[in-house]
Amino acid sequence: MMTKLIAATSTFDGPAIQWFKISPVLALLGGALLLILVGSLTPQWKRGWYATASVVTAITAAILTGVLWNQMSDDKPSTLVGGAISFDHFALFATFTICVAVALVSLVANDYLTREGEDGPEVYGLMLTAAIGGVVMVSANDLLVLFLGLETLSLSFYLLTASGRSRAQSGEAGLKYFILGGFASAFFLYGVALLFGASGTTNLQSMATVLSTEVNISTNSGLLLAGIALLLVGFAFKVSLVPFHVWTPDVYQGAPTPITALMGSVGKVAAFSALIRVFMIALPSRIDDWRPAILVLALLTLVVGSVLAVVQTDVKRMLAYSSISHAGFILVGLEAASHIGHADAHLGISSAMGYLFIYSVLVIGTFAVVSVVAGTGDAATMLDAFKGLGKKRPVLALGMTVLLLAQAGVPLTSGFVAKFGIIRAAVSVESYALAVAAMLAAVIAAFLYLRIMVSMWLSDPADEAPVSISRSAGLAITLAVAATLLIGILPNLLLEISKTISF
Amino acid sequence: MFASIEKAGEATASFPILTMLVLMPLLGAILVSLLSKKHGEWVKLAALVSSIATGAMSVWMLVKFPTGAAGFEFVSKHSWISEWGISWHLGVDGISLFMVVLTGVLFPLVIVGIDPHHDHKSYLAWMLLLEAGVMGSFLSLDLFLFFVFFEIVLVPMYFLIGGWGYEKRVYAATKFFLYTMAGSAFMLVGIVATAFLARRDTGVLTFDLVEIAQKANFAAGTGRWLFAAFMVAFAVKVPLFPLHTWLPDAHTQAPTGGSVILAGVLLKMGTYGMLRFGVYLFPQAAIWAKPVLLTLAVIGILYGAIAATMQKDLKRLVAYSSVAHLGFIVLGTFALTTQAITGGVMQMVNHGVSTGALFLLVGMIYERRHTRQISELGGIQSVAPIFAGFFMIVMLSSIGLPGLNGFVGEFLVLIGSFPTARWWVVVATVGVILAALYLLWAYQRVFHGEPNDDNKSFPEITLREGLLLSVFVAAIVFAGVYPKPMLDRIQPSVKALIEHVEASK
Repeated sequence: MMTKLIAATSTFDGPAIQWFKISPVLALLGGALLLILVGSLTPQWKRGWYATASVVTAITAAILTGVLWNQMSDDKPSTLVGGAISFDHFALFATFTICVAVALVSLVANDYLTREGEDGPEVYGLMLTAAIGGVVMVSANDLLVLFLGLETLSLSFYLLTASGRSRAQSGEAGLKYFILGGFASAFFLYGVALLFGASGTTNLQSMATVLSTEVNISTNSGLLLAGIALLLVGFAFKVSLVPFHVWTPDVYQGAPTPITALMGSVGKVAAFSALIRVFMIALPSRIDDWRPAILVLALLTLVVGSVLAVVQTDVKRMLAYSSISHAGFILVGLEAASHIGHADAHLGISSAMGYLFIYSVLVIGTFAVVSVVAGTGDAATMLDAFKGLGKKRPVLALGMTVLLLAQAGVPLTSGFVAKFGIIRAAVSVESYALAVAAMLAAVIAAFLYLRIMVSMWLSDPADEAPVSISRSAGLAITLAVAATLLIGILPNLLLEISKTISF
Repeated sequence: MFASIEKAGEATASFPILTMLVLMPLLGAILVSLLSKKHGEWVKLAALVSSIATGAMSVWMLVKFPTGAAGFEFVSKHSWISEWGISWHLGVDGISLFMVVLTGVLFPLVIVGIDPHHDHKSYLAWMLLLEAGVMGSFLSLDLFLFFVFFEIVLVPMYFLIGGWGYEKRVYAATKFFLYTMAGSAFMLVGIVATAFLARRDTGVLTFDLVEIAQKANFAAGTGRWLFAAFMVAFAVKVPLFPLHTWLPDAHTQAPTGGSVILAGVLLKMGTYGMLRFGVYLFPQAAIWAKPVLLTLAVIGILYGAIAATMQKDLKRLVAYSSVAHLGFIVLGTFALTTQAITGGVMQMVNHGVSTGALFLLVGMIYERRHTRQISELGGIQSVAPIFAGFFMIVMLSSIGLPGLNGFVGEFLVLIGSFPTARWWVVVATVGVILAALYLLWAYQRVFHGEPNDDNKSFPEITLREGLLLSVFVAAIVFAGVYPKPMLDRIQPSVKALIEHVEASK
């Protein structure tokens, strides 16, 4: 027995690995290891150095992604590491988004951690690990690899959520997230198992090939449908679609604010990209079965997210619900993409990815302002804390106003470009009703952003507590606002890139 | 990024005056927000210079505008978002000409003449941003570009009402924002659908208004849906009954400057949009929907008049009179005759001048007495006769007295609509009588009788106020006595539009 195994390993040929093509992950891994290993063995670094290491790592990974993107225009999409990882524009764009998000969040985290006196390598290390998980998810070409990425991402998030040591709320949120997230992972894994049972493979392309032959479809229908449903539930939890969203407000509120920004950006990008890839690549033969589900989830998510956002009194909860509503918008893009065979169906994917990029920047910028206003202990996150911000800190309030208007989808901001792209995709495949519903949900959600603006500009300060902005948080906010306006006024910059996104 | 596109058939200008009309107030707004609050005088000067320069350019454009031209003049077209077939396409014709001039002239008057009392800097910045948005809306010949301006206007107006308004300002501002945005939600889907469906006929995806209007041929059912999507947005903006409920609140709570602009030009974006985008893009659907829209217009006329009669708040009364007046414009628009639409376009300008001036006067009353309640006023004529005189002229213009501007527009609308919309005109005429009723009655209660103790000290008009009002009164009288220059410039474009409608039958 033993000899047989040893004999097998000696003839085992590992897959050829094109190391440079997975260099973004390697860069992130290097940074994470550096921070966690070296950081914990050396005495406390000077202020800001941990964040710098994290930012440099993320930017390096982003640059490598950009280089690969340029190479990509000559190459055809391919798979790496024995078909486990796919190498295409879609994966690269999502990877780039994740890297940019991590770099921005690191800046915000620096401000938060130094203020709380908790500066150290752990948070940054975990953020980079989360990014690794995210990058694996967006490029996974195999359901098991996808699960590995998902778990890497989720485990990092659980820890990060609970990392606010001085606040009991943070620990509570982390535990809540862990338990519910564990459930979701179980659903997901069960779905993977059933799909494997139905198709005999976990590789996305092979699965599509197997499922497209009629014999398999008719015999394994039950397994297949149950597998799709469970997989969808798992994803729906991760991207917080209604009715699988209930954890979101609690966790968003409880987590340290920079971590909330990370979940809103990296978490959303990773899970949504994986969702789109799995359903579009592995399950196109079952589109008629899952499209109605996506449609219903999109409508529920849009409406419930927007309506519940309006009645909140805590800004972090408001933004949590608003992120749910935004998720509905992205689903509209997926719904448009699912009209395979329609000449304009590809618009759905590129618009959804564009939306994810734009939303990531917006959400980080917004939470950066929330983090700054919340002050020591992440305490002042009630709407009242924003009262009179326009008088206390006019420039900060103006930046926040731009970000909020963008989230509401007002023209000349990136948010409008994002929404317009989605509406365009939906209309091009004649999903008019869904497009109108999405726009109306955006109007309801606009009320929420107006409430914050009213507090900032039209109310007198509730107290004289000064709001201090550190340089790194200021930089993050400035970058976010600049990107919001730049993409809003010259959308070509982003559209030229996002139109080439494909598998 | 902004490569210029030459196109035959449209008169391109050597100096990009229309682009400057949009950019000048925008630059002013940026300049104002960059200047330090401590230098209050500089802030005011910057706002003044940029708004007056815009006004002067708009007047210069009016002078240069060739009488009798039906097409778009001073066209400037640059590719903007090539990926989506969207261009920076501006142009002006007889229908938009006077709206642009009205915008150009009204803003400097408001900026000079009305004191916001606090936070001058941000007030002026929002005002100028608003002007840029309104200008852009009236000049855009690209559906996407129009939407951008149409939406962007909400932001400064929201802050103007919310920041400088009266007691319930936040409520009113929010209502205004959400109502309009909800209407626009439909229009955005409509715009995208129009461009995509027109692609079959235009060959490439484009949002160009002229291109789509001339080449696209929508199926009857499709055209109706698209038309409806646009109309919802415009009906909210006008506002058309029953979507008008935001207007009395917004008008009453807005600061005087905001009210003047709201009545003067912002509401016209709705009626203008109906003509420029509704009728021009979907002529068949416009003919089909005519009975419904005419009925809503007439209901608006009567409802607005009756509601105005019952108001106790003077400003609210004027606001409801707007609902009635805008009903006349919509009536003229969808009667779909050259005469009626010409009257409607003229009435857009007239209403802007008259109601703008009325809001100005009500604002002056409030400044003096800190009340808008009609019952607390009275006998003002005996203490401030010149003030009362101005009010009288403006009010008579609003009623539509012959010899003043309101008469010309209203008369043209009624007589032009009679052949195609007889019974609606018959009912609408009752509205003319009601207008006399509520305005004269209001005048009587406010100005006649014995002044009570509070009103005895009602200050007479100041020189600055007098000069400001004189501009309005001069426009009222001139357009009433000699409307020909206006009509000569409006009519050719309207005629071309009607021919376009006829050709689509």
